[in-house]
Amino acid sequence: MRRIISVLVENAPGALSRVVGLFSQRGYNIESLTVAPTEDQTLSRLTLTTLGDDHKIEQITKHLNKLIDVVKLVDLTEGAHIERELMLIKVKASGAQRAEVKRCVDIFRGQIVDVTSTLYTIQITGASDKLDAFLEAVGDASIIEVVRTGVCGISRGEKVLSL
Amino acid sequence: MLSGGDMLIRALKDEGVEVVFGYPGGAALHIYDAIFRQKDVKHILVRHEQAATHAADGYARATGKVGTVLVTSGPGATNAITGIATAYMDSIPMVVISGQVQSHLIGEDAFQETDMVGISRPIVKHSFLIKHPSEIAETVKKAYYIAATGRPGPVVIDVPKDMTHPANLFAYEYPDKVKLRSYSPATRGHAGQIKKAVQLLLAAKRPVIYAGGGVVQGNASGLLRDLVNMLNAPCTNTLMGLGAYPGTDKRFVGMLGMHGTYEANMTMHHSDVILAVGARFDDRVTNAVSKFCPNAKIIHIDIDPASISKTVVADVPIVGSVESVLTDMIALIKESNEKPDAEAIKQWWQQIDEWRERHGIYHKTRYDTSSDLIKPQDVIKAIWEVTKGDAYVTSDVGQHQMFAAQYYLFDKPRRWINSGGLGTMGFGLPAAMGVQMADREATVVCVTGEGSIQMCIQELSCCTQYHLPVKIICLNNQALGMVRQWQDMQYSGRYAESLYEDSLPDFVKLAEAYGHVGMRVTKKEDLKAKLAECFAMKDRVVFMDIMVDQSEHVYPMQIATQSMRDMLVSKTERV
Repeated sequence: MRRIISVLVENAPGALSRVVGLFSQRGYNIESLTVAPTEDQTLSRLTLTTLGDDHKIEQITKHLNKLIDVVKLVDLTEGAHIERELMLIKVKASGAQRAEVKRCVDIFRGQIVDVTSTLYTIQITGASDKLDAFLEAVGDASIIEVVRTGVCGISRGEKVLSL
Repeated sequence: MLSGGDMLIRALKDEGVEVVFGYPGGAALHIYDAIFRQKDVKHILVRHEQAATHAADGYARATGKVGTVLVTSGPGATNAITGIATAYMDSIPMVVISGQVQSHLIGEDAFQETDMVGISRPIVKHSFLIKHPSEIAETVKKAYYIAATGRPGPVVIDVPKDMTHPANLFAYEYPDKVKLRSYSPATRGHAGQIKKAVQLLLAAKRPVIYAGGGVVQGNASGLLRDLVNMLNAPCTNTLMGLGAYPGTDKRFVGMLGMHGTYEANMTMHHSDVILAVGARFDDRVTNAVSKFCPNAKIIHIDIDPASISKTVVADVPIVGSVESVLTDMIALIKESNEKPDAEAIKQWWQQIDEWRERHGIYHKTRYDTSSDLIKPQDVIKAIWEVTKGDAYVTSDVGQHQMFAAQYYLFDKPRRWINSGGLGTMGFGLPAAMGVQMADREATVVCVTGEGSIQMCIQELSCCTQYHLPVKIICLNNQALGMVRQWQDMQYSGRYAESLYEDSLPDFVKLAEAYGHVGMRVTKKEDLKAKLAECFAMKDRVVFMDIMVDQSEHVYPMQIATQSMRDMLVSKTERV
């Protein structure tokens, strides 16, 4: 099962490598990983998506918690949550394709953020499966370049991850 | 005002460090100069950095204090890696201070540069890179705190050379304590879980207590003994736990696992409740997890939540220090006024005694004593006799280690010192030096083989320099015994690279070359007298080269992919 784990780590050199190293050392998957400082400059927030059964996820969270640089973590997928990913994508857009791609972007509530005579550069945000769906709708033949940020997420409602 | 180098050594002194095991080199020279100019912290110059880590490790295991290592950058740091990994696998508290190239050179492939923080990352509890000399005191405090608390482990402090420069002086203050917001090791166990565990144990008809290194490290042997007595339950120890429960007590059923006793493995397999205390269901203990103790409810006490339900799922997990949880359990049993089911427990003991009788290695001699060759088991038994079971015994890795674990009955914790998790050959001699440094009067024996001893044999020189009169008992079978055993059992006796073919040194002469006493024993009838002679030389290092039967195997041996109870008890008997 796919899980989204949100981790507050000390904003210290080496903290990220400890987290990433743990995953490779113990043979856990990382599907995606995002990290940036938070409003508290001493902390970074790291969101990672991983695949595994309950046993594996329990081990992952326990081992993450053991890292001295990890301050707090939550498995967002345990409760209601919002997840978002941002994708920038260059798509062929010439002739009849131009209008077709534009329509598709509108349907997915994306934005065209740059234009050339043959290309659109499109920005789309949403859950990862929406981004996947857009790629499928546009089709491999039209795609020139794709870059995705990886998932970030937050709990719904009153629940917060903070110190 | 102190320089970084002086601050570092002063911080060690203020932390209570008595001895540092190390080896100097360019990046660490400011620190070594600081050592030279003081008298409080003693430094032991090893002959290879691996030995520094093993010696600090042995010191830590024998005393419960944190072992301290000081090495230089690059090869000094990488040579320390095996010893750090050894300590990590066995949860031994250790602080390793490594020199590093000057900070402005980091990343430039400078002379003797290696990314020590990176290279050691998977095998440390935590690591620090000093960025400013003013961080030194607090970092040292944090390092010792992290190494010693919770589930102990090694901590690395990497110190770039410019951080210790004698020209740059800073205010020094050693903190009384440190607080880390992201680190709060568990202490008390959950009261509700402890209650459940006690109920389960009191209701058990076939209980067993499976105690590991956590009991030794957590200084909870006395409590373990009390609990075992109250429950009148059999107790087995892991390889790391030997001595946690007295080896000569009638309730001790021996070590469990791959080379555990028949009765310990049978007791585990047939139990209805297992109390695992400070043990981690290692693969060398459980055999096939899917077939592990099918009828048992499992209570698991461990200070590390990640150890619980890692391989074998616990029915009653209890996260907490072994000492605190056992104290609570004992109090609860006393309070409840309940007693275990005496009739059921009596029958259980009858069954266990029957197993002891059938294939138990303590009940009668199970190996062939008819030949003229010296049996390795007999050597261990003789060491036990001549040292009255009260020596510190370090070991290397292989058959001799298993024989020592099986036949030297440890009545006290911290007396059996071996590399259980990583299985590091070369551990025994330097570890024995560390133990001897901790207790200059103690009898320290290193049980080794002619393979393992050669992995750190250079330390015979260190023993000379610091007058560390350890006794080295080499069970010389002229082969890598455990490898050879597996080749006998699984590769039809094809001894791929496990034989030395007359290439071994004359260990007696070698010992003498280092200024020690060398002795060789080739005859069975000389064994005891020679051992007595060896141990009578209190002030000398004695290297005893004992020629033992090459064909001997370690039994019992569990059969891979099977359950706890599936064992070979001799070359021909499978049970």
